[in-house]
Order: sequence, then structure tokens, then C-alpha cells
Amino acid sequence: MEVSNEAKRIMVVALGKLYSSRTQRGGLRLHRSLLLTLVMKSARDMYHAAQSTAETQDCEPQNSTAENTTEPATGEPRTLPREEAVCSPSELLTGAENKENQCPSSPAQHSRKRRGKAAAEPDFLPCKKAKLEQASSPQQLIVSAVLIDYVNCSSELGAPPASMPLHRAIAAC
Amino acid sequence: MGEDAESPKINHTFLRDYVTEADVISTVEFNQTGDLLATGDKGGRVVIFQRETEPKGESEEVGETGDSGEYNVYSTFQSHEPDFDYLKSLEIEEKINKIRWLPQQNAAHFLLSTNDKTIKLWKVSERDKRPEGYNLKDEEGRLKDISTITSLQVPVLKPTDLMVEVRPRRVFSNGHTYHVNSISVNSDGETYLSADDLRINMWHLGITDRSFNIVDIKPANMEDLTEVITAAEFHPHHCHLFVYSSSKGTLRLCDMRASALCDKHTKLFEEPEDPGSRSFFSEIISSVSDVKFSHSGRYLLTRDYLTAKVWDLNMDKGPVETYQVHEYLRSKLCSLYENDCIFDKFECVWNSSDSVIMTGAYNSFFRMFDRETGRGVTLEAWRESSKPRAVLRTRRVYTGGKRRRGDVGVDSLDFTKKILHMAWHPSENIIAIAATNNLYIFQDRVNPDHTQ
Repeated sequence: MEVSNEAKRIMVVALGKLYSSRTQRGGLRLHRSLLLTLVMKSARDMYHAAQSTAETQDCEPQNSTAENTTEPATGEPRTLPREEAVCSPSELLTGAENKENQCPSSPAQHSRKRRGKAAAEPDFLPCKKAKLEQASSPQQLIVSAVLIDYVNCSSELGAPPASMPLHRAIAAC
Repeated sequence: MGEDAESPKINHTFLRDYVTEADVISTVEFNQTGDLLATGDKGGRVVIFQRETEPKGESEEVGETGDSGEYNVYSTFQSHEPDFDYLKSLEIEEKINKIRWLPQQNAAHFLLSTNDKTIKLWKVSERDKRPEGYNLKDEEGRLKDISTITSLQVPVLKPTDLMVEVRPRRVFSNGHTYHVNSISVNSDGETYLSADDLRINMWHLGITDRSFNIVDIKPANMEDLTEVITAAEFHPHHCHLFVYSSSKGTLRLCDMRASALCDKHTKLFEEPEDPGSRSFFSEIISSVSDVKFSHSGRYLLTRDYLTAKVWDLNMDKGPVETYQVHEYLRSKLCSLYENDCIFDKFECVWNSSDSVIMTGAYNSFFRMFDRETGRGVTLEAWRESSKPRAVLRTRRVYTGGKRRRGDVGVDSLDFTKKILHMAWHPSENIIAIAATNNLYIFQDRVNPDHTQ
């Protein structure tokens, strides 16, 4: 559990640094953004590995909740890199309230969207996709666990920024 | 300070300790003779120091070289100004990332300086004479009354106070989309390379509107990006060879004779990762922050976060020597990640005979390693503990065992005092160390030449 807590903390710090680097003088530093992304992936993989180990060690009745925490937790970091800028900027900041209004993160929707920074919509535009997806909303409730951590410590990390997918942060250079 | 005794106590220490961001030195470089030393700072200024040549006198002791003088300010100029990229709405910092001197060909000196986007060639020349005795103009430059001119005189050059002029001769702009991290002058004396995160360009010193792209590692889809270029350098003797380091800890030697685009390396230098030391931060600490060819051209020196490594060009399986710079930080990587220190880019340098390597650390410490014995020594660049002409004493970081007086504990290290930039004189044991906004120059009086 310690590993997964540390992994979560590292991911949150990486997110904060990535967002704050957007307002840095001189523009986004590609090298730094890349290293932060790699750390996030590393932490995500370790978190996932720690969770699945915990899962197999737990007894049966607890499996359903563990699964819920595992899936979205791995889904969430994967969501970040894949999400195009179609979601509203307030998504990450008001995660607690907007959990059910969050953009759906299923891969099927992304394949329709052209990738590349030229095609990405500016993130100040409101989300155009249908926001309510009953099937995935229970996932969304727990997905935000990491994001809420970020929201809680965002005040220490600096000005709250607009939402920005991870890889777009790199592609924007 | 007598007046302070009666006035209310005001703490002025914050004013003394406050360092203007613009004064932070960002690069240090000796020229090929070592007579000139250039520093660049975050404010875009370049300061050139010149070594004083002491006149040889009868009182000079045997064994003392004539050039045992100090370095004094020779010239200061504003190299780069803050700029703005209107297309991307991005500010371009004026910070000088690198300075490289050109080999001297005449009385003037030339240097290249670069910020994140633009490289400039500067001519540094001296003027110590001026023409006097014009026919039509008087001393102040006013035209003389023609009726007063009765004879013809030829203007004569008269000595005047020394004036150092620095003029921009070339501006190499619009060559880079990403941030320039290195420049390196070729041994052919005509070309130089500039490297950013994803591309390396080769320029001719005389042509500013064109450059050749010789390395391009930008993937078709930026989401597939896995590594960036961190440093690049031309071979000191072979004008067709250059090396570049990556954020993955690899080195690539490229031969420009092989093809126009050197995406395919001639040699890949990579050390297999030790699976036992894998952590969250393995990728960050393996990123190479600096690469330098040895003067002989046979070896490469690289620096990553915790170590300095020497590689033999003939062996690509791994480094031939590995030096632990501050291994005691390995257990502190998480805190160093949170306070951003893990992203610090330390430089490394060779001495003139390639027998000693040097690199920086924290707490104003820097390390020197003797390649023959493998032993390292820690020295400090800090005003409070060294007076001019005092002997530098070695320092130690306490990591266990018997604690000696003067040892510094790992938790007492000041991570804001980092030695990132340094230079070693090309032929003598003189080093220049940049510590935030201060420049320290240390000379070895006992063994001034590298041969001893």
C-alpha cells in the first residue's frame, strides 16, 4: 500500500509540475515535460502492479471494491494522455462536483477524433460531447481520487491552470 | 554601523542575500589560449575576463611562469534581449545557454553565444590608436574654415586609451523550433553545430540564412516521443565526427561522411540498466546533462544526475570509468524530485591532460576525480570559507562511519547552492566555477602546468 500511495503522490506532483510549467517563462520545456511524463507512467505502472498484488491477496468479498479502485485508477492516468482537448476546463478543478459531468473516457470515442495539435480544439471551448454516460459514471466517481488529491494540493503548487491532456502538453511545443 | 544601535532594528539580511535572477551565471568558457574567459548570465549579458600578463622581471623566481596573473573584466555587453514569438505566443528567454570561442585567426576574438532560439557571432576587438591631424576637421570633428587651411597634412595614428569594442557580426536565427541546448565549433574552423531537443543543425559561420539539419529525432506523432537530445559536441580533431547525448542516457557518435542526415548513428554508447536500482526516478537520473570529448579525442565524459562517466570511443558496451558524484542523494530522490533539484543539469569538464575530470554538486561543492587513482575530492566554492589566495581545503559529506570535524551532513546540504557551470583552462591548472551569481577562479600555484 505504501508503494501505491507513493506512486499516487508522485503522479499528483508530476501533474502539478506539468501544469505549472505552462506558465513558465520561455515556454514549455520539452525535456522536462518528457521526464515528468515518464515518471508519471512509471508511477502508474507501479501503482497498477501494487494494486493488482493487493487485489490477489485480498479475500473474495472485497474484490468488487478493489476492482473498482484498480480499474479507474489505471484508467484515469491512461485517460489523461489519450484525452483530446474536448473536455471543459473546469473538469479537473471541480472534480468533486463534476464527477458525473466529466467527459467519457472510452477509447471508442477517441478513434473518431483526429490526433495532432492542429486538430485539437482549444481547451477554453466547452465540451461538445454528450456528458452523461450512465454506464461509466460509477467509474468516474472513483477515477477522481487522484485528481481530488491534486485539487487539494493545487493551492500549494501554484495558480490553478486550465485542463490540458498530458501528451498535448508535449506536442504543443 | 553605529547608527543602527538607536534606530529600530531592521533586518537587512534579506537584501544582502537577495540575488537578482538576471545575474545568475548560466555558462562559463575559456578561449583556446586561456587568456580570455567569458561568462553568460540569465539576463542575456556576456562578461569577458582577460588574464593579466605580469611583465617578466629580474626578481621573478625560477619556475614561475610569466602568465601567473589574475583575471580582470575586459568587456561586458548585452548579447541577447528578451524576445517574443508572436506565432506561438511564447516568451523567449534572454538567458545565455552556451558560449563557445572560435579559434583566433587575427587580432580580433570571435565568440558564439546562444539563448533558446538564436545564435550570435560576436567580434571582440581592441582599439588603442586613433587617427589625428585631419585636414578638414578639427579635434572635435567640426569642419574647419577653409580659409584657415594653408597646408596639407596626413592624419597620423596616435596611441589612445585602450577601448574594447564588441560588435555582432552574424545572427543565426529561425533555425530551431525547440530550445537550443548546445553549440559546438567544428575543427574545420568554418562550421559549427547547434542542437535543440529534437534536432541538430550545422551552420557555416559566414551564412546566416541557411543551415543543414543533420539530426532529426522528432517522431511523426509527438505522442510517441521517448527521448530528447540533451547535448552535442564536435570531435576536437575529426571534422566529420560529432556526438550527441540523449535523455535516455545514451550517446550517439555520428559520422557526417556516412550520409547527409545522421539519424542513423555510427556508434551507440549505452550502459545496460541495473535492474536492482530501478526506481520511479530511474529515467530522470539517467538523463545525460552534459557530454565532452577529451582533448585527445579518444574519450567521452558524460554527466547524469548522480554520476560522471568516462567512455572510450572504441567501446560502446559501457563506460570505462564511473565516478559517484553524490551517491548519498540516491535515497533522497523523492524530495529532490519534489523540490525540482532532480532536474538540475550539471556540466562536466576535463583538465588539459585528460587526467582529471571535474563536475559540480550542491552546497557550493564541486568534485574532482583523478582518473589514474580513481579517487575523488570535494572542494567548496563559497566566499565565507575561502579568502583570496587561501588554499582550498577539501570538504566531506558525512555518510556514515567516523565523523570528522568539518563534515557536512546530507540533510544540512543547501540545495539552492548548486554548481552547474564550470570551465578548465586549456593548458594550465586554472578553473573557473560559477556559483549562482559569483564566479570563482582557482589556480594551482604548486603545479601550474598539467605535466606535473
